Amino acid sequence: MSKFKKKTGTSENIPTSALPDIIFMLLFFFMVTTVLRENEILVEQKIPQATQLQKLEKKSLISYLYVGKPKNTAMYGTEPRVQANDVLISTNDIVLWVNQEKDKLSEVERDQITISMKADRDVKMGPISDVQFELREADARKLLYAAVGRVQN
Amino acid sequence: MARKKGRMSQEVNAGSMADIAFLLLIFFLVTTTIASDKGILNFLPPKQDPNQPPPEILLNERNIFNILVNANDQLLVEGDYLENTNNLAEQVKEFLLNFGAPDEEAVALFNSLPASLREKARRDPSSSDHPMSGGAVVSIKTNRGTSYEMYLEVLDQVKKAYFEIYAERVGLTADQYRALTGRNPAERELQDRGKEGIPMAISIAEPDKIGGN
Repeated sequence: MSKFKKKTGTSENIPTSALPDIIFMLLFFFMVTTVLRENEILVEQKIPQATQLQKLEKKSLISYLYVGKPKNTAMYGTEPRVQANDVLISTNDIVLWVNQEKDKLSEVERDQITISMKADRDVKMGPISDVQFELREADARKLLYAAVGRVQN
Repeated sequence: MARKKGRMSQEVNAGSMADIAFLLLIFFLVTTTIASDKGILNFLPPKQDPNQPPPEILLNERNIFNILVNANDQLLVEGDYLENTNNLAEQVKEFLLNFGAPDEEAVALFNSLPASLREKARRDPSSSDHPMSGGAVVSIKTNRGTSYEMYLEVLDQVKKAYFEIYAERVGLTADQYRALTGRNPAERELQDRGKEGIPMAISIAEPDKIGGN
């Protein structure tokens, strides 16, 4: 009877039509920021930890070398091996590989090539120094020891 | 009046759209890895000419900070056995900033340092003369049997010493200094000011062959 009728016009469900847009935005963010791994890693990769990490600026200049014990020990043995692109190579072939990688770059950037060496923490210095020697031979002297951050206390 | 009953709702039901997008999102989250290009940068020396013997560089023993790591990952730093690398960066810093016998240029450099670095100078005649080129050198020598992890840990500590000195000179923390990209002139100026006169002289010797593979 009262004059002031209770207004019950407020709908009770939250409009969810904007939710897909939000999710899509997240989706696009992840699609853009992530890089699909283009080649399969054939060697073990337990990247060592370090504190003084530096980030490289130009990703196009980086070529990756993976060093570690082969995952398929039945086929490749247990000695540490070097992987470039998607094949295991012997250390003698590193010079050839560096030159191939250099050819992919433009002429001015050729001597700025950076090798990112992703070596397993269990590898000994022997194979590492062999790789370094070959890199010196190939005149690719900028070398990045890939490492992950360690929490400092 | 015949009223149209149960008029179809104009709006398309978009509620499940979110679920579809979620599925896609989770798929990408799982399948992708964020490529991290972080690590410790090292510049290898130029290749040796086999016809020419390596140049003899005469340095006084006091100007070389010797770090030896053997095949059992044990450390020998300046002739002393070291349990772990925790204190190594501090020792390297003390060695670099010793200013045992500075020449004129090095005195100028010393005066340009902030007070916190200046008080580190112990003027010890048995340690480095000055940190400029031709002065203090940090030498790391490993064995072929040393683990890569240990080598990186030592190199990391030596780099830490340098970066802390650089950062302190420009009034930043070491983390901030390392994050400088040098992309714009202001950052490049900071970088150069930190490094000026104190080159990163880290000598990494060819590993010796005993006990390795």
